[in-house]
Amino acid sequence: MDDLYRDYILDHYKRPRNFGALEPHDLEAHEHNPLCGDELAVHIRVRDDRIEDLRFQGHGCAISQASASIASEELKGMKLQQVGALSADWMLELLGIPVSATRRKCALLNLKVVRGAVTGDAAWPS
Amino acid sequence: MPQVAESALAVKSDFPIFARRFGGHELAYLDSAATSQKPAAVIEALAEHLRAHNANIHRGVYPLAQEADAAYDAARNRVAAFTGAEPNSTIFTKNVTEAINLVAYSWGRANVRRGDAVLITQMEHHANIVPWQILCREREAELRYLEVDERGELSLQALRAELARGDVAIVAFTHVSNVLGTINPVAEMVAEARAAGVVSLIDGAQAVPQMPVDVEAIGADFYAWTGHKALGPTGIGVLHGRRELLERMEPFLAGGDMISSVDFQSATWNELPAKFEAGTPPIAEAVGLAAAVEYLSGLGMERVRAHERELTAYMLERLSALSGVRPVGPPEAERRGGLVSFTVEGMHPHDVAELVSRRGVCIRAGHHCAQPLMRCLGVGATARASVGVYNERADIDALAAALAAGREVFGL
Repeated sequence: MDDLYRDYILDHYKRPRNFGALEPHDLEAHEHNPLCGDELAVHIRVRDDRIEDLRFQGHGCAISQASASIASEELKGMKLQQVGALSADWMLELLGIPVSATRRKCALLNLKVVRGAVTGDAAWPS
Repeated sequence: MPQVAESALAVKSDFPIFARRFGGHELAYLDSAATSQKPAAVIEALAEHLRAHNANIHRGVYPLAQEADAAYDAARNRVAAFTGAEPNSTIFTKNVTEAINLVAYSWGRANVRRGDAVLITQMEHHANIVPWQILCREREAELRYLEVDERGELSLQALRAELARGDVAIVAFTHVSNVLGTINPVAEMVAEARAAGVVSLIDGAQAVPQMPVDVEAIGADFYAWTGHKALGPTGIGVLHGRRELLERMEPFLAGGDMISSVDFQSATWNELPAKFEAGTPPIAEAVGLAAAVEYLSGLGMERVRAHERELTAYMLERLSALSGVRPVGPPEAERRGGLVSFTVEGMHPHDVAELVSRRGVCIRAGHHCAQPLMRCLGVGATARASVGVYNERADIDALAAALAAGREVFGL
């Protein structure tokens, strides 16, 4: 068993949850990972200050795609205020694999995009 | 199995880094297109300069400074001789990027006018794209691209057609593509430019380390390459320029050493090559680069080329035999430099690079600073394996085995 490419990571990579476009949507954001040219876009539908539904699309490595897929399941139903406060550690713990410094941006690209869509602040999560 | 004869060079032991082990594995370094490893001769030359001959150059009257002066001048002579160039029109820069920026700034701003065109190709590294984008935006000139065909090659006919439009001020292209590996017919391309009265620049970053290059014979107005890919240190690049052009050009960076005299309001410029080397230059790096080209000359660049061609043929053979692996670029090793970019079905290139690294195999993954080309190829990224003088077939065998193991991790 590989430390990084665990079964559930590969499962989310090959069969991403909540993948595609969401129409209509209230919020959206789109980002490139400048390191590798990977792309990720997110559509979010809001109801009563919560994420009612979301979809992501793009292309990237197993780490970035699995991060987006795993996070999508947690983000549904979350209060917008809570989403804005999510940290890098939240995402890394959710992933549950040892991410090296060079792959950190792969793991955090999705959270950067989601937070950008919700708060307008597209900074890398710390 | 292998159809190709084992190559002649066996110099791995000249490179101290190969004593290292990663996770118990030997280092299968297949990333020389990014940077080369360094032979002991280069490391020792650098260290010896710093240990025994270090002083700033120019105007030092004490013996140590004269030694440093002599070492820097000798390094320039040695480096210029390696590529058949004149020392006085051989300028040391930081890297190829700075060399191209120098030309785009100093030559471009004086010679590219509104309505002119700058012609580059779809296979350029960002270093040979972005400086021209900035120049064209500033001068209201047009940036045009020669297309790459489905084999990963350029067409001389298309070049002739572009030049015949009569508005091209400069044509800039790579000698060897850092993604496709394509060796461009640079002498023919320069001849076309010359016949049309158009200035030419060649990015030789991937060519000079692995094949004989004679800049006089190629005849380009500007030819740029970099030390660290040619077994030398980082921090030193080379720009060979046509003397008449360099003499007419204004400086790029301004400051110490590039002046003849400075008044309160104005200054006059030093002679070549000092006019383009403002500030303290990379002295120790020049000494190291001279040792690197000395080492390469000792091997013989024809042999280096033969070695890398054979390894590339072997790599194409091994990679093509793996299911789901698709190399890009010209299919014949004869027409390409020592690198193979490839995709693996069902795996992102970053995951490929990560997984093979578990076995000590070093390859690069990403857009290789050539995003426009990636768009032409219809891929976001590729994995790239590239060879140097120190590589052996065993390194390619390690890559093939690691790729097969990586595909298994992904259940492919």
